[in-house]
Amino acid sequence: MALLEVKDLHTNFFTRDGVVKAVDGVSFELNAGETLGLVGESGCGKSVTALSLMRLIPQPPGKITQGQIVFDGTDVLQMDEDEVRGIRGNNIAMIFQDPMTSLNPVLTISRQISEALELHLKMDRSEARKRTTELLDLVGIPSAKKRLDDYPHQFSGGMRQRVMIAMALSCNPKLILADEPTTALDVTIQAQILDLLKNLAQEFRTAFILITHDLGVVAGMTQRIHVMYAGRIVEKADTGELFADPKMPYTWGLLRSIPRLDERRKERLVPIEGLPPDLIAPPPGCKFEPRCQYRRDICREKEPDLVAVPGAKPDHLARCHGTQAGGWLVDTDWRREIGDTRVLEEIKQEVASVPAEAAKTTTADLPPELTQKEGI
Amino acid sequence: MATIARPLTQDRAAELNVLVRKQRSLWQDALYRLLRNKAAMVGLAIIILVGLAAIFAPFIAPWDPILQHPDRNTYDPFWGSPQYIDHRFILGTDQLGRDILSRLIYSARVSMIIGFVPVTLIFVIGVSVGMVAGYAGGWTDQILMRVTDIVYAFPDLLFLLIIMATLRGTDVGKFGGGLPLMFVAIAIVNWVGMARLMRGQVLSLKEKEFVEAARCIGATPSRILIRHLFPNALAPAIVAVSFAIPSAMLTEATLSFLGIGVIPPTPTWGVMINEGFAVFTTSPWPVVFPALCIAVVMLSFTFLGDGLRDALDPRMKI
Amino acid sequence: MLSYVIRRVLLMIPTLFFVALITFVLAHSAPGSPFDKNENRPLPEKTIERLNRLYGIDQPIQVQFALYLNNLVHLDLGSSLVKDRTVADIIGSEFPVSAQLGVQALLLALAVSLPLGVISALKQNTGVDYASLLFATIGTTIPSFVIAIFAIWIFGVYLNWVPFLGWGRGCGPLPSCDWKRMILPTIILSLGAMAFLTRITRASMLEAVRQDYVRTARSKGLREQVVIVGHVVKNAMIPVATIVGPATAGLITGSFIIETMFSIPGLGRDFVLSINRRDYPLIMGVYMLYATLIVIANLTVDIVYAWLDPRIKLSK
Repeated sequence: MALLEVKDLHTNFFTRDGVVKAVDGVSFELNAGETLGLVGESGCGKSVTALSLMRLIPQPPGKITQGQIVFDGTDVLQMDEDEVRGIRGNNIAMIFQDPMTSLNPVLTISRQISEALELHLKMDRSEARKRTTELLDLVGIPSAKKRLDDYPHQFSGGMRQRVMIAMALSCNPKLILADEPTTALDVTIQAQILDLLKNLAQEFRTAFILITHDLGVVAGMTQRIHVMYAGRIVEKADTGELFADPKMPYTWGLLRSIPRLDERRKERLVPIEGLPPDLIAPPPGCKFEPRCQYRRDICREKEPDLVAVPGAKPDHLARCHGTQAGGWLVDTDWRREIGDTRVLEEIKQEVASVPAEAAKTTTADLPPELTQKEGI
Repeated sequence: MATIARPLTQDRAAELNVLVRKQRSLWQDALYRLLRNKAAMVGLAIIILVGLAAIFAPFIAPWDPILQHPDRNTYDPFWGSPQYIDHRFILGTDQLGRDILSRLIYSARVSMIIGFVPVTLIFVIGVSVGMVAGYAGGWTDQILMRVTDIVYAFPDLLFLLIIMATLRGTDVGKFGGGLPLMFVAIAIVNWVGMARLMRGQVLSLKEKEFVEAARCIGATPSRILIRHLFPNALAPAIVAVSFAIPSAMLTEATLSFLGIGVIPPTPTWGVMINEGFAVFTTSPWPVVFPALCIAVVMLSFTFLGDGLRDALDPRMKI
Repeated sequence: MLSYVIRRVLLMIPTLFFVALITFVLAHSAPGSPFDKNENRPLPEKTIERLNRLYGIDQPIQVQFALYLNNLVHLDLGSSLVKDRTVADIIGSEFPVSAQLGVQALLLALAVSLPLGVISALKQNTGVDYASLLFATIGTTIPSFVIAIFAIWIFGVYLNWVPFLGWGRGCGPLPSCDWKRMILPTIILSLGAMAFLTRITRASMLEAVRQDYVRTARSKGLREQVVIVGHVVKNAMIPVATIVGPATAGLITGSFIIETMFSIPGLGRDFVLSINRRDYPLIMGVYMLYATLIVIANLTVDIVYAWLDPRIKLSK
């Protein structure tokens, strides 16, 4: 039985401008000890998915409107508050993006780590303190014992993220959700933190979901990758398979925009033109259609299903009319091909014409996704 | 392999880019939000009413506000018992036989003048000093900060009490019923707050790219200050002004109530309360009416100010 | 910590010097001497001269100021020109009354505003929140003397619930004292600070509640009460603490008005009276006392602030 089974999850935000469908029918599974990357641009719903798993969506304005989150055989969405709290920090732990703001500035770090230990593992103060020292040692904080009573501002960004990892590991959870754990850090520190996370997860046999906008980050980290776009999963595959043989133009776009050192040809990085769609009134067909260089009429009329694609492993699913059986992209080699240049020009033109008007917009007019982010 | 070439429509643009959903400028947007704020609109309506009463006081007021009717000292307002009222005096008379309604109306004049004249001074001095200090830095800034530190360390009222108490007896203080002295006193105490606000604004704005860009194309400092920084720093200044006006009015009322503000017989709400307070327990109306006026006007300005703040800068809290 | 406190105490000196200077210059630029007040019965020229000499008013102004400063250092505030008592003596007998009123009002303000602000923020956009916002708006907007007028009118005169004038003789915090007289003035004096602190607490709580670390705390599975008390309130109190200083200053100026209105024999009422009587030594003495109190209040607040917020380094 899978450790985590998410079925048709819908999370909406009810704003003044309308209902934002931040997560729109996401389903996936995760086995014990398995690692999964959840990848997509900012605003695609990946963080909201993670928060939904722990029922940490601020309500209002947010609400999980539909679906099931079966963790260890129990539906999290059917639990009462006390039961959910028993899971949070204990069975599922979360590491947040910004270690600068995610630690409480007025409490010592030992206090912040011990808190969960005392709560879930029923340790007394001195036991918790001892365990905290061990945890800080484990995540590589030098002279951990001396730093127990320091405050977060006395640590560097990387060290704070180590503290966050120690906090997440403290109760030996079965699942860790890491939401952009390295985005706020220096590039040199990023690799260290990722290594630490990976090694510790292996050591503790903890499953984790790594959420990132950067395909480069997940490459060496996770067994499987799910690509999200506009609140939906658009492609699921094993990591190697996804990098070798992606089956969705959006994933192609993401891959083309990663700088690679091992590439033989000196290719130019190709950005994906345009911006993610308005989640209040998304496009009727494929959500990626307005930005897609390979689009056809059918893409605008009907949204494709997430199905197995021909010429790939059976557990490789994609949501694209073009790559489905009989589609016009089945044999397309994304590495060589840059797409229909006429459509690309068209998109570029449209994109260029839009910001001229949009430049006047104020903070109040930002897409709701952006404004909500601060609130989550 | 044909693709569909579609004309660029608003719908199409919307699909591409969420940012086009609404297109309003900052000021239009603020106005829209302000107009939707009911409390602010009620406040504005009351302020306009009081303003009109102040301007047209000689036409509206039934009596000369300092004319004493010696036949009887205190009439009650029109709803009092018949033997204590007089239909000529709708809200009754005070203990010197002066018509309360007329005094209230003329008091609005003083309040409005006190609200607007010193605040104009505060705005002009505060904005120019604050912007120059923020932009130039150096010793101008140092002096400004030291002065504000000292002024901030003490409550305005304490300082105003001293100024008014000592200078009120001089010729300067007696000039114009004590009003000009009060303008200056209020402006002296309050300009530093405005200066500090504008300094902070300029300090944060001058690092922005658009100022850099202006500097790069050779704009002079004065042009940058006036054309680039001022419009961008204006919103908080407007909010500050909307709170400075009632605060100036309140200062006048408080000082007059303590007997060291506007010199009687010039009617102001504060003076009326001061004069009537001695016999307040036996004849409350000459005190209650001006108190009510102060309360209503203060609330109106607060509602308007809160509305302006919410409209202009949703991020500013408190 | 100690060196910080010492440095801050030393920094008080120049501030207080400037306050003394400004007050002194203003007081002496005022016209006339206190002895020429009665126009119908002018004092003989010689008497005025003798009085002026007695009080040092005939000396050049800088000498007077130096004398005054010297006396200040020795806590000699001079003698009242109107009453036959020293300023120190007057302060000694009247300040306890004002202090009691002020402390009562401050404690009341804190006791009501902090819980109210917290509850209001936690129940944002509910009836409780709107009610407390309305209270906060009214309390910060309508001046205390206007509220006092309505309160005296309604509770004192119309309903006749409480006595409202004066302050029981020799009244201390004892059950035997005439506590009923203190009810109205204490409540009304505290209203402004109470409303202001409620507003700040609410805003500060709302700000703290949406911080990332609160989400972290929730993700640990803490109970909501623990999250609020242990994580949110502690952060939210930091900005609130900085407001207690200005609130104290507000209480001091408020006491002038409240003591005058309720005929409370405190220092504030005497200050207002002495301003009208041009009793310079008393004006300056009281002003210096209040200036010192406010400076001390601000200093205390800064120290509390540093204690609450570990990010502030005192040694710097």
